[in-house]
Amino acid sequence: MKVLILGATSAIAHETAKHFAADGAELFLVGRSADKLNVVCDDLRVRGATRIETFAVNLNQLERHEEVIDAAIRALGGLDAALIAHGTLGDQQRAQADVPYMLDEFTTNAISYMALMTRLANVFEAQKRGCLAVISSVAGDRGRGSNYVYGAAKGAVSLFAQGLRNRLSKSGVVVVTIKPGFVDTPMTAHLKKNPLFAKPAPVGRRIYTAMLRGESVVYVPWFWWWIMLIIRNIPEAIFKKLSL
Amino acid sequence: MIDPGRPVRTRRYQSWGRYPQVNHTTIRSILWQNEIPDLAAFKQPILPVGYGRSYGDSCLNEGGVLLDATPLRRFLDFDEKQGLLRCEAGVMLADILDVIVPRGWFLPVSPGTKFVSVGGAIANDIHGKNHHKAGTFGCHVTRFELLRSNGERLICAPDENADLFRATIGGLGLTGLITWAEFRLRAIPGPFIAREQIRFSSIDEFFDISASSDRDYEYTVAWVDCLASGKHLGRGLFMRGNHDRLRPLPGKPIKPRPRLNVPFDLPPFVLNTLTIKAFNSLLYHAQWRKRSGKVVHYDPFFYPLDSIQNWNRMYGRQGFLQYQCVVPYHDNHHAIKEILQQIGQSGEGSFLAVLKTFGNIQSPGMLSFPRPGVTLALDFAFRGESTLRLLERLDRIVRDVCGAVYPAKDARMSAESFQAYFPQWRDFARYIDPRFSSSFWRRVTAKDCTQDTSR
Repeated sequence: MKVLILGATSAIAHETAKHFAADGAELFLVGRSADKLNVVCDDLRVRGATRIETFAVNLNQLERHEEVIDAAIRALGGLDAALIAHGTLGDQQRAQADVPYMLDEFTTNAISYMALMTRLANVFEAQKRGCLAVISSVAGDRGRGSNYVYGAAKGAVSLFAQGLRNRLSKSGVVVVTIKPGFVDTPMTAHLKKNPLFAKPAPVGRRIYTAMLRGESVVYVPWFWWWIMLIIRNIPEAIFKKLSL
Repeated sequence: MIDPGRPVRTRRYQSWGRYPQVNHTTIRSILWQNEIPDLAAFKQPILPVGYGRSYGDSCLNEGGVLLDATPLRRFLDFDEKQGLLRCEAGVMLADILDVIVPRGWFLPVSPGTKFVSVGGAIANDIHGKNHHKAGTFGCHVTRFELLRSNGERLICAPDENADLFRATIGGLGLTGLITWAEFRLRAIPGPFIAREQIRFSSIDEFFDISASSDRDYEYTVAWVDCLASGKHLGRGLFMRGNHDRLRPLPGKPIKPRPRLNVPFDLPPFVLNTLTIKAFNSLLYHAQWRKRSGKVVHYDPFFYPLDSIQNWNRMYGRQGFLQYQCVVPYHDNHHAIKEILQQIGQSGEGSFLAVLKTFGNIQSPGMLSFPRPGVTLALDFAFRGESTLRLLERLDRIVRDVCGAVYPAKDARMSAESFQAYFPQWRDFARYIDPRFSSSFWRRVTAKDCTQDTSR
């Protein structure tokens, strides 16, 4: 299997990639830091990946996306699946006061995703097969006062992916929307931990199985489906009074 | 980006025995090898920590800084031809087994749990059921990188920074932070072990079986009923095994064993002398034949307790102490008998008592625990003063025969005992990183007992 992983040094992406590596997959890893990419690359090679190439780039440079995807297809000789997993959990307080910062966060977590999804969708649509998985978030299911900048970006990703899934199902291409809850990763290192936090390893395993099975929307861990069912259905009149 | 002041709390930092319970001022996770905070900037003493499987306070640093190295969990290189593996210090032995066993390799030395880190395996110079054939884990380490608090990164190997290499193996994490390590693996024909179990009715019989097994069996260990007394003193089951050469590599992966969990602390009355006695008798009599043989997967053979998550909760909230000592061989094995007698009389021993002979393969580690002789390890539910007094009595027996107690499992030995067991501790202390310390180290070096002749 030839898999492109964007944001490959993130803990969740790395855990997912371990499973592909164990299957002997061919991987193309994209991330910001060349040093970290090398470390992740070595790890996945030991775990069994038959071929790995890396590409260091900041995916906020939208104009370089085409180059990244072309490089991946050239290096692997095609593409069977892609996982978009980069992202930042920005500072909501700062984003409320600092518009350029807010827009920057939105670019990282939404615009760059939509740009990449558009390009990858066309690749997969043309070959009439493929699996495009994107990491959204339960935060995208409802805007909350404490985290709506990140939430709005992830909401955009979820909706975009939903539409894309609808369009691509006609071509035999699968779009998987992953909605993790809290995951104990470097991105959430500054948050106080509670029992809802999941370890990245089981989250990665779930993403891997969802991609293999071609599932549509996956809450990880599963109990978030129930939590979000409740959260989504609280009437706005009550919801706006809550501090969530 | 690393902000040195930011505490990271992802789990409770306590030892496996959950005694003592201490607070740390700062917990810092080390996420990447090349993004390590400035260690000299911390005001309090520093201690690296892995998965917290040490039983006592050697993985605790009261009032200090813990560097959680578990995110350093990546492989760096695997030479499949030579059986040489290089990985980051936080890699779990379980991760390694998953990768190497299907390719025909095994850990050179395997402890009783696979949920420990490579860094911890080196820092405690762990041993396993094959000590008589392979020595300790440290015997198989070819090199590692040590980060000192002054920012120096040193490659340590038998022929490079050799002193620090020897000090760090068994060095209880005090010589600096191990970032990665390289070690030799052992080739195996497959994941199976041909196991034989032999019932023995006395300590003397244990030594006889041991002597005849250590030559032909790579792995030997015995479970002993430490609550049996009188004519049953020292009865138990002797287990020995070899990697099975008969079966080929299986075509499909083995189903993982179902994992049980102890979801909460059991109340203290569950484990009492009566229930443990009953359990031990059952276990002993479960095998009615003198010997039984079976081919088993390596997992239940090496890691029987790993199938019960959080088994330490069985001992209740007050925690437990593990006691592991080694006593050199002596005529008629009086020391080990006396220890078993003391435990039997006290009625405090528990059901997981393990007996094993150590061989004479010398570890490079300066402060390494194993030495030729017989080692006994068992748990004691923590019952306050009476438990501490019993262990102090055992210490006296061990000291009299120039034995030692395992620091990785200790939470209570006196400074006198430690310094008698490890007279080389002063030499070792020269290699400790000036910023590093642990609760254990402060306790056992609180006073210098070198002049003390009580030994």
